[in-house]
Amino acid sequence: MKTALLFNFDVDKKNDTIHVERSFNAPIDLVWAAWTEAEILDQWWAPKPYQAVTKSMNFEVGGRWHYYMLGPEDDIHWCLFHYESIEKEKHFSGIDTFCDESANINNTKPRVKWKNEFSEEEDSTIGQYPASF
Amino acid sequence: MEIRRDVFQAIADPTRRAIILLLAVGAMTPNGIADHFQTSRQAVSKHIKVLTECDLLSQEQQGREIYYHLKADKMKEIEKWLDQFRELLAKRFDQLDQVLHQLKQSKK
Repeated sequence: MKTALLFNFDVDKKNDTIHVERSFNAPIDLVWAAWTEAEILDQWWAPKPYQAVTKSMNFEVGGRWHYYMLGPEDDIHWCLFHYESIEKEKHFSGIDTFCDESANINNTKPRVKWKNEFSEEEDSTIGQYPASF
Repeated sequence: MEIRRDVFQAIADPTRRAIILLLAVGAMTPNGIADHFQTSRQAVSKHIKVLTECDLLSQEQQGREIYYHLKADKMKEIEKWLDQFRELLAKRFDQLDQVLHQLKQSKK
């Protein structure tokens, strides 16, 4: 059975926070793997025609995911995700920033602070992603 | 490194967000703005400088005082960015659906 997928995007201007909620037709272990394993992330993280390519990933508190988005004109945009907290199959949080090839953070571009929470409901998983900037 | 100044730089700081909200209500002098904050006048004037560099404020001289106005049209850039951000997430999640579908198939 294919249930309608939930997708909420609410902007809280006062606190500069965006509340994103989305459901997935998959068990929580698969959704968790898709968010936390580089080889799976590379398949969906970049909006096509961009392609995400992981340079290194260390999924642990204090660790980071260093990757780039490869554009259709071979343009490369380096990004860095810092993991601040992790609780397996429940939530993880961190900060997504732009950087360069050597992972030096570019402070002049917007950074996004994410908390990703997952919960299972029957045969689907709901992800909640409050983002602040 | 080139310093980029734009609306996102402006709203990245809580004090600057508060200044934007104050000026959204009406034009104010630097002292008038500083009266609303616990921090030093120097700190507040630094934030005003950043906001000016972000092209969010215009100045108007009235007698001896300078009044700062908020350029509301610049804030529209944020709305535009939010729309793009929503699009990006929608696309990203659609792609994730496909990947999850493949993962489920290969598990069977």
